[in-house]
Amino acid sequence: MITENEMKLEFDSRSCNEGFARVSVAAFLTQLNPTLEEVADVKTALSEAVTNAIIHGYEGKVDKIIITCRIYDQTIEIQVMDRGVGIVDIPQAMEPLFTTKQDCERAGMGFSFMEAFMDTLEVTSSPGKGTIVKMTKKILHTDNRYEG
Amino acid sequence: MEDNFQISGTNLTIRLPAEVDHHNSEELKRKADRMLMENNIRCIIFDFGRTNFMDSSGIGMIMGRYKNLRFMGGVVVAIRVNERMKKILNMSGIYKVMDIYEDLPEQSCLM
Repeated sequence: MITENEMKLEFDSRSCNEGFARVSVAAFLTQLNPTLEEVADVKTALSEAVTNAIIHGYEGKVDKIIITCRIYDQTIEIQVMDRGVGIVDIPQAMEPLFTTKQDCERAGMGFSFMEAFMDTLEVTSSPGKGTIVKMTKKILHTDNRYEG
Repeated sequence: MEDNFQISGTNLTIRLPAEVDHHNSEELKRKADRMLMENNIRCIIFDFGRTNFMDSSGIGMIMGRYKNLRFMGGVVVAIRVNERMKKILNMSGIYKVMDIYEDLPEQSCLM
């Protein structure tokens, strides 16, 4: 069984790529033998991060989003990076229901969902330079040989 | 996607796609709002029958339709919601403004 592995994905910040990003990361994750629920958790968190990069980071402009996934110690670490506008006040951005895009009917739940579905979440950002969202999740599901 | 929007009386049923994300929420919003403008709709039924993925963009889309409809005294309900979608709906708190039914929208829209 592979204990360490890494992949990198670079794509345009177009909303039609959101599904592509989810499926790609989910496919990479399967080597940890996750449950369906764990796959759904990771897909949801990733979707939030990529959507944030498209809507907030690049504000609809087309540029590159880079996803790096690393597997170690039965854990998946996902990093979503954009070179967009960045976040001025990170704690405020992470508050549940807070959104800078009220008129676009954003729920303001992106970071809350990421926190809920992953084990750790780290946001680094500098205004004008971009944002990096790093999150990890330990895949607890192990094969049956450990049972009974 | 037109087939996925069905009007019966004052009910609008929206058959959601397999995945409801930012990308297709935008289109759903546009179409739903056009139908709300052109028809006398008092109840939107979101049919989750074939939906297995939704993120917070979908929540925003539902929330927005709820706000538009409530303004006119209407209601929003969800039907055929699987366990995963129930979890997402519960986490978002949207269940407070939207009833969830197994099926049979005619029982849920009290007109």
